[in-house]
Amino acid sequence: MQDKLKSSSYQQLEQKSKYTNMFLRWFLYFVLILFASYFIFPLYVMVVTSLKTMEEIRQGTLLSWPSGLNFESWAVAWGGRGYGAGDTFLRPYFWNSIKMVVPAVFFSTLIGAMTGYVLTKWRFKGDSWVFLFLLFGCFIPFQAILLPMARTLGALGISNSIVGLVLVHTVYGIPFTTLFFRNYYVSVPTELVKAARIDGAGFFKIFFKILLPISAPIIVVTVIWQFTQIWNDFLFGSTFSFGEAAPIQVALNNMVLSSTSVKEYNVDMASAIIAGVPTLIVYVLAGKYFIRGLTSGAVKG
Amino acid sequence: MFKWLEKNLPKIVMAPAVGLIGWFVYGFVLWTLYISFTNSKILPKYELWGFGQYEKLWASRKWLISVDNLLVFTALFLIFCIVIGIILAIFLDQKIRAEGVLRTIYLYPMALSFIVTGTAWKWILNPTLGIQKMFIDWGFENFTFDWLVNREMAIYTIVIAGVWQSAGFVMALFLAGLRSVEDEIVKAAKIDGAGLFTVYWRILLPMMRPVFFTSFVILVHISIKSYDLIVALTQGGPGISTTMPALFMTQTAFHKSQVGLSAASAMMMFMAVAAVIIPYLYSELRRENAR
Repeated sequence: MQDKLKSSSYQQLEQKSKYTNMFLRWFLYFVLILFASYFIFPLYVMVVTSLKTMEEIRQGTLLSWPSGLNFESWAVAWGGRGYGAGDTFLRPYFWNSIKMVVPAVFFSTLIGAMTGYVLTKWRFKGDSWVFLFLLFGCFIPFQAILLPMARTLGALGISNSIVGLVLVHTVYGIPFTTLFFRNYYVSVPTELVKAARIDGAGFFKIFFKILLPISAPIIVVTVIWQFTQIWNDFLFGSTFSFGEAAPIQVALNNMVLSSTSVKEYNVDMASAIIAGVPTLIVYVLAGKYFIRGLTSGAVKG
Repeated sequence: MFKWLEKNLPKIVMAPAVGLIGWFVYGFVLWTLYISFTNSKILPKYELWGFGQYEKLWASRKWLISVDNLLVFTALFLIFCIVIGIILAIFLDQKIRAEGVLRTIYLYPMALSFIVTGTAWKWILNPTLGIQKMFIDWGFENFTFDWLVNREMAIYTIVIAGVWQSAGFVMALFLAGLRSVEDEIVKAAKIDGAGLFTVYWRILLPMMRPVFFTSFVILVHISIKSYDLIVALTQGGPGISTTMPALFMTQTAFHKSQVGLSAASAMMMFMAVAAVIIPYLYSELRRENAR
């Protein structure tokens, strides 16, 4: 009798906790979806706005659905209207950004890989100080180097040019790329390198035969990180370039701020999507590596 | 000669990085520091002028507004990012269906530039055609939402967009932290009768101290440097009501041609960042050496 009572009250308790659990689950999903809609809302608004005509924009609300798939504002954002002077559109600046990103990512990754290799596998007295010396470069507010950088670019004759921006982005990427490669190579057993050295393998041979073949993941992380940072940069782009040499973020900002004619929000939104799409694609395709870069670099500026 | 080359090859390979950072980071910061002690206007002058620029800076109403805005922005940005980040991380940690999709949604703003973000939010917050119109059309006829053009409230629009961009990042940091805790600890606590809430509040969150610290440092760092978002969203306006130190620095240098004064403001930013970063690097290195 006693036992039976106990077990039935236990069942009751279990039943009750099942209901609270179910309630909790619903609450959980509710909150998660609520936040998901907060995060997705601007992207949704950007896309539907870019597909509307200005008339539709004035009639409807932010959320209202466009009447059809109208890509006209995309065409205007990308290629302009073709009336010559004053007609700003993104195509040339998009290519500027590509021309800037590719070499800058390449050089900064190469230098970072080499430096990370030396710092972990060819250790010398004071190497951790050298690492700290480089690492601090991740954090400096760039305002503290803008003035001398502008003068230096001028002295080198590469101010307001893509070459100048490549130099700037390569240099200020080095602390990050070094950090990534150094932290990755630290976990590669040094015994491998030592054995190879005894066998007479030299500095570069060890790098190309032992380290490089296992570096694919960290190269992907570094390239994605650098690509995102440089593509999205505005401070350097807007300070060191203007007019025709400007990268896409600068051009986007100029387009949106220009107050020459009637504001066309659909074109603005299409432009913003075009400027954001390359990094978004990389994020969707290689999110895992993107997040790894974020959390191990953990110093986005 | 060849022997020497071979022996020093590692150092030669490392020389570009050290040289470039030495020159372009440390050399340039020192140059800026020096210029901040001179009376430079359009062109740098090299005679020392003492602390005049710093006195001018702290007497400038615009600079004081910048600092004020930075403090308000940093405080709200930190609180919202960390609270939202933690809530999302804990909720996602409950064996949620479609976790991958949700995580992707929370984090994608980090892949966008602040200019893109600012452009989008500027449109959403547009006082005539944006959110305000949406609510009016839904029947809330007296609804007003004009923060973007309201001197008192414009700074909060920057908080909204900034939090939107960075909260997912804090979520990712905390989720990684929570996942690295061994299951045994949680199981043991549950056997002892601890509820889910107690497990998180008493056991797991206190274990996340390093993650709190990292998030704090990174968020403060982002907020001190915030520049793009303000340019895209408000250009420091209405008036100068949303100006911040980074914007102050570039405007003073490149529009007003007061090189000395802008160097002084850059050094103030540098010191603020250093005050947060140096203890962080110190503790990180100590943790690494302890391993």
